[in-house]
Amino acid sequence: MLARPEPIADRYSAWRLLTESLSSNRGWKPAWRKPEPKPAYDVIIVGGGGHGLATAHYLASVHGITNVAVVEKGPIGLGNAGRNTTIVRSNYGLPSNTRFYEWSLKLWEGLEQDLNYNVMMSQRGVLNLFHSDSQRDATARRGNSMRLQGVDAELLDREQVRAMAPFIAIDNPMFPIFGGLLQRRGGTARHDAVVWGFARAADRRGVDIIEHCEVTGIRREGGRVIGVETTRGFIGAKKVGVAVAGNTSRLATMAGLKLPVESHLLQAFVSEAIKPMIDSVVTFGAGHFYISQSDKGGLVFGGDLDGYNSYSQRGNLPLVEHLMGAAVSMIPSMSRLRVLRQWAGIMDMTMDSSPFICKTPIDGLYFNGGWCYGGFKATPGSGWCFAHTIANDAPHAFNADLTIERFRDGRMIDERGAGPNPWAQ
Amino acid sequence: MHLIPCPYCGQRPQDEFHYRGDATVKRPAPDAGEQAFYDYVYTRENPRGWHDEWWHHYAGCRQWIKVRRNTLTHAVAASAGPADALPEATP
Repeated sequence: MLARPEPIADRYSAWRLLTESLSSNRGWKPAWRKPEPKPAYDVIIVGGGGHGLATAHYLASVHGITNVAVVEKGPIGLGNAGRNTTIVRSNYGLPSNTRFYEWSLKLWEGLEQDLNYNVMMSQRGVLNLFHSDSQRDATARRGNSMRLQGVDAELLDREQVRAMAPFIAIDNPMFPIFGGLLQRRGGTARHDAVVWGFARAADRRGVDIIEHCEVTGIRREGGRVIGVETTRGFIGAKKVGVAVAGNTSRLATMAGLKLPVESHLLQAFVSEAIKPMIDSVVTFGAGHFYISQSDKGGLVFGGDLDGYNSYSQRGNLPLVEHLMGAAVSMIPSMSRLRVLRQWAGIMDMTMDSSPFICKTPIDGLYFNGGWCYGGFKATPGSGWCFAHTIANDAPHAFNADLTIERFRDGRMIDERGAGPNPWAQ
Repeated sequence: MHLIPCPYCGQRPQDEFHYRGDATVKRPAPDAGEQAFYDYVYTRENPRGWHDEWWHHYAGCRQWIKVRRNTLTHAVAASAGPADALPEATP
């Protein structure tokens, strides 16, 4: 399945590090160029986040399509690619999701070799806690569904959780911990390095990464895309792929489409750095809360949506209070920790909390969005499937179910079953 | 913290309210067809700017109210009772 492409020039290696250090480090080149836009490309990718850059990388390395531009309104990687909590996992219950996310996780496992870039992929395990008999049954069912599809999942009992994560309030009288579902292959990766690695790999194969170039319109002729209007002029293209999660509705409006999407805020937090305490990713089952520890020592955690439509990229205080409550319920020792930073990103929340990577009614226009909470872990899988969809004008089996039409056809991928209420997903 | 101007209780903090999304969608007539119902249930304008939306003052007067709020700046321009119309447009 993974065609092994030609290695990129200008490789990083221990040998290179040694020789550069002996020659005053004068031989390093910028990881990507800053080219002027050409008049036209075979493919334009709108959005220089992880997904857009991954798409460009796989278009070039798997499909041999190198006359590609990635246009980004600011510098690359400063939207949701720089605002997530870096968690990688594939512990879903519904086959349409599992197929896709498991393929993404497999790409993560070989990503550093593929990109020749250290993305600090760390398979430290993702543990979902449960707090009652019924929650255990539902969690066990999800674990069984994962195992039936060849994904690793282990059901831990209370004592196994205690041994693995002694910092958790196991015997909390209000939310006692009955056990947890562990995916050992899950973990974290360094989000910025993922962006830089994909950018460098795509650039070295000839992809133009054009920063500070905002798309203002999608030009069409006879039901077909012919290019994009940007703040740096019109750029022609045979195909246009949109990967701007958070702002997908705005791009859709430019193309005269209306999507089953609302934009919502999701906050994340980092504490002051402490000694090693949490060596996996742990999620609280009694509230929406998840936590891991970065290599610098800060605890990285987040939870629920703010709960109202917003494009503001800043979080609000009621959710902060709610989240800190969940944090000290699960890990009481956190009450004495100071929060260092807090921020928010804009989520494309779909009506069933699953994404889309698909064709649109307009020839040559493709959409990748609706990532809800799941964007970061999907990065390589999303790019790989989007590149396949654009190159072949048809989806791969991994993303065949991730359409926009599924809502009309009644084939929702509603992992949580919360109904068409994006703020409740 | 948003301050929501409830038309019955005055300015109240956001955590007295529940949110219930776009207030511009209207349930179509029963025979309006599949497309109309698809749009009603699923598709949204999702504007970056002024947005008319439902809030439920569950910890106050328990009324559903309509609020015009800016999704980029979080400014609130107007509010109205459930059967009342919001002003025509906010610049």
